[in-house]
Amino acid sequence: MHPLAFYRSTIGKKIIMGVTGLIGIAFVILHMAGNLQAFAGPRKLNAYGAMLHGPLNELLWVLRIILIVAVILHVLMAYQLTMRSRAARPIGYEHREPQVSTLAARTMKWGGVLLLAFIIFHILHFTTQTVDPAGMRGMTDVAGDRDVYGNIVASFQIWWVAVFYIAAMIALGLHLYHGAWSSIRTLGYAKASPNPLHRRIALVVAIVVWLGFTLVPLGVIAGIIR
Amino acid sequence: MNLTLHVWRQPGPDARGGMERYEARDISPDMSFLEMLDVVNESLVESGKPPIAFDHDCREGICGSCGMMINGVAHGPMRGTATCQLHMRSFGDGDTIYIEPWRSRAFPVIKDLVVNRSAFDRIIASGGFITAPTGSPQDANNIPVAKRDADEAMDAAACIGCGACVAACPNGSASLFTAAKISHLGLLPQGQPERERRATRMVAQMDAEGFGHCTLYGECQEACPKQISIDTIARMNRDFLVATRHEHEEKVLGGG
Repeated sequence: MHPLAFYRSTIGKKIIMGVTGLIGIAFVILHMAGNLQAFAGPRKLNAYGAMLHGPLNELLWVLRIILIVAVILHVLMAYQLTMRSRAARPIGYEHREPQVSTLAARTMKWGGVLLLAFIIFHILHFTTQTVDPAGMRGMTDVAGDRDVYGNIVASFQIWWVAVFYIAAMIALGLHLYHGAWSSIRTLGYAKASPNPLHRRIALVVAIVVWLGFTLVPLGVIAGIIR
Repeated sequence: MNLTLHVWRQPGPDARGGMERYEARDISPDMSFLEMLDVVNESLVESGKPPIAFDHDCREGICGSCGMMINGVAHGPMRGTATCQLHMRSFGDGDTIYIEPWRSRAFPVIKDLVVNRSAFDRIIASGGFITAPTGSPQDANNIPVAKRDADEAMDAAACIGCGACVAACPNGSASLFTAAKISHLGLLPQGQPERERRATRMVAQMDAEGFGHCTLYGECQEACPKQISIDTIARMNRDFLVATRHEHEEKVLGGG
């Protein structure tokens, strides 16, 4: 089959979504693990940031490019497929009762839109510091590294920033609960199961990622990170 | 039992349709759902109105003709059954029942609750076959089939092509139907020669018919009167991926 035919088929598009989704999952797990260093104090976290932007800068850019391409493909495929599924049922039902679809599955689209908005905000907030609700732009710590820790503490003390981050992480947890399971199945790796809708690994991934990310703003609110 | 029905009425393929209200009186709980519609239709005919058109044939859940959305659920509230196997004891006296046709761009309404499912036939025609020598059959036990493969193939082959999977899918996807057909042939030795071409062609036809994509809501498997598993969809995707790679290799190597 021609590569273009693969790209044009619904399964090809779903496979692209699955692969890019798995790239995203690998990234959020690493990112979450990095974030938890906030509990080890400002020096640890700021030094980690300085390491990524210093000696690992080239690697960071390679990963960034992979991630940006993955996000663009993921969103583009989601948009195309959504339009397709809308066209597939021009006249809807007066009554439709979902039987087994989970909240996670049903919120993939709008949860995904929220996550995209969050990603853009988050990059503007912590990476470029274009959006600077806490007034931390250009601040450095005692060692001269960018004060990521200080930005975390000051930002999450602002109620709407904390609420937005915590809400986005609920959306991320739901997105992963469906996505971590369905991406593997879409790629064709599924053992015959008496109950294929059960998902243990995806549940663990979703809870670990959601909790790991949410602990940081909660830690600031609780005064553990200060 | 007395029931209130809201039924989709549409005189023809291009006519405008709408929900109509009917009272179904003195319905026995032992009637099947289709028998209940028969009773309603008799009273409609007596009063000179056109009866509600719906597809039906065997009325024992094996032909795949019947099928309608009952209170928003494909084939109604009972699991693993077609509409004809649903009985009125599943409802209570005084219930209101909404009855609608399968909704899909690929299944245009012909009349009332009857939809045109030729799209499924075209998907089958595109690759749902095997090459077999004509003439006298060989001994049935000549080709060994592993028990597990035989079981899985049989489960997939139970598909009666009713279209409930498409109707129940929020994306209007025909993935479960196509995957069942791809699986039931692809699991057996006789289905191997065309296995990959079958996957690419049937998927291409499924897409060409305008069905949606699969996001694994799981609604299809729940609606399926034969309880076909979404495991078959993973199998279809695997065959599709392998076929894509092999066709590329064939092109590079100049074979095929």
